[in-house]
Amino acid sequence: MPSLPSANQDLIELSQINRTFYLGDSQVHALRNVNLHIASGEYIAVMGPSGSGKSTLLNLIGLLDRADAGTYKLQGDDVTTLDSDAQAQVRSKRIGFIFQSFHLVPRLTAAANIELPLTLAGMPTAQRATLVVQALKDFGLTDRAQHKPNELSGGQRQRVAIARATVQRPAVLLADEPTGNLDRITGEEVVRLLEALNAQGMTLIVVTHDPVLGARARRQIKMEDGCIVSDSLSSSIAT
Amino acid sequence: MKLIDTLRYATTAASGAPLRTGLLMIAMSIGVAAVVILTALGDGARRYVVGEFSAIGTNLVIVLPGRSETRGFNPANLITSTPRDLTVDDANALLRLPGVVRIAPIVVATTEINADGKLREAMLLGTNENYLQVRQQKIALGRFLSQDRSGHGTGEVVLGALIRREIFGSDNPLGKTVRIGDRRLRVVGVLAEGGRGMGMTTDELLIVPVASAQAMLNSNTLFRILIEARGREQIAEVKAQVLKMITQRHDGEEDVTVITQDAVLETFDKILNVLTLGVAGIAAISLAVAGILVMNVMLVSVAQRTAEIGLLKALGATATAVRELFMVEALLLSLTGGLLGLALGYVGAAILRHIYPSYPAYPPLWAVAAGLGTAMISGLVFGVMPARRAAELEPIQALAKRA
Repeated sequence: MPSLPSANQDLIELSQINRTFYLGDSQVHALRNVNLHIASGEYIAVMGPSGSGKSTLLNLIGLLDRADAGTYKLQGDDVTTLDSDAQAQVRSKRIGFIFQSFHLVPRLTAAANIELPLTLAGMPTAQRATLVVQALKDFGLTDRAQHKPNELSGGQRQRVAIARATVQRPAVLLADEPTGNLDRITGEEVVRLLEALNAQGMTLIVVTHDPVLGARARRQIKMEDGCIVSDSLSSSIAT
Repeated sequence: MKLIDTLRYATTAASGAPLRTGLLMIAMSIGVAAVVILTALGDGARRYVVGEFSAIGTNLVIVLPGRSETRGFNPANLITSTPRDLTVDDANALLRLPGVVRIAPIVVATTEINADGKLREAMLLGTNENYLQVRQQKIALGRFLSQDRSGHGTGEVVLGALIRREIFGSDNPLGKTVRIGDRRLRVVGVLAEGGRGMGMTTDELLIVPVASAQAMLNSNTLFRILIEARGREQIAEVKAQVLKMITQRHDGEEDVTVITQDAVLETFDKILNVLTLGVAGIAAISLAVAGILVMNVMLVSVAQRTAEIGLLKALGATATAVRELFMVEALLLSLTGGLLGLALGYVGAAILRHIYPSYPAYPPLWAVAAGLGTAMISGLVFGVMPARRAAELEPIQALAKRA
């Protein structure tokens, strides 16, 4: 594909991916024969109307969902056929998620929420503590470390979520409507944070309805009815 | 995920829903407390009865006149149809047996005591100087009966504590003369208060030499012969010898029954243990109910925390890790509830003992262990299903539920 940034090896390589949901008697083709190559360090916005399959695509890349057909290679490894424990391992080490509704654990403090992926990965306590302190500092949350999510503002919550998603230094950061629950100014703040992470080399894939947010990405993918209808490098702005 | 982290996470999860956790723990603790208190009652009954029988003395073999069982045809039955009486001579003869240490013949009757112008009904007990040691009782004042060398009685009487108080009040009764039946006897001692055994208090006894008692009652029969064996191992041997000797002395007719304290104790022990087990079984039903409640609560917990489970999976938790989290939580809940119930049960048993001081309502150790064990096992068994359900949740569907 000549229009894509050149890379020796694609970070993500989807070929002939199909995903069908069965809702009662009717079939919904969420993804139809999707082919996609994403290089390391890209900043991609996936856009499209509701039901176009963009969230399904994101979930599939995040290994939260399985394709019915096709192959998915992540950093050269075929992850389509991995069993669920191996997939959990991949999610733990290589993928970070950010959700529209933050998905923080309400009874845990900001620090404990950030620590969660490290805890799940079985990292020793001392090592966890240093990483969490660093993450809190990086995202300006040091003074909010011991606060529960309900004591944090929306922007702070999303910052905790981003810190949590990136504390393992994943290769890909997947964001599903990251600004959907935020006002314009805090949304802007969050986007800048994500872009800064991208600037450090983390591949960023954002699913959004918001054309302004979508336009900021260097590469836009538009979806309709489970198909990629356009895939273009941004012409308007440069980073 | 490390075990300590799993534990910590499960703890915050449980304490994050205090009402649910609290209710569950109450149910579990009531179950365990029921087991503890009911077995304390059952085992208390056992201890009480065993204690009563042990209070008779140690290593006792008891001879009763008459046969309690029929064993075939004995030609002697043709000649003598009524059983021979047990006599003092029988008792003295038994003292010659090798395994026997002491012998106390017993005669019992109701009688009246008349002294200081007061009249009172009392139990008359005729025996010898060994009675005190055989029955392991204590003298509060004076001394016990002396040895009756003449075989016609010594004219001495030992009073029960209550009799002494009611007749003499705080006066010193020693050396005073009392009338019992048609005889005048001299008070030589007073029994210590609170002696008991076989459901009979010694506080209302009048103890006189066996010959005096027999003369008063105009009979030479004994009610019982108490034999103290040299040791626990000799009891069976002594029992056989006693039976043989009495049979011999009674013209070859086996017309007495010999029971050992051990056998009686064992029987009661067995019966009351079965009773305790039965009661524990009934209480265990409440534990099973609590177990089902654990399952119910954990299922609700899984349903409520669907989004959280999805998140954990998105963050890299394996199905095993999720299952462990919920199993540990169920276990933690039932264990804490169980420990709480244990405390509750012990407090309940203590209150019982406070209300009925003579009733040793201590929960047996096996019941405590079984109660706690059942609580944990039910937590484990009933935690499996919810935990599996949590582990099997598809992360994508779980996340779709907005928390």
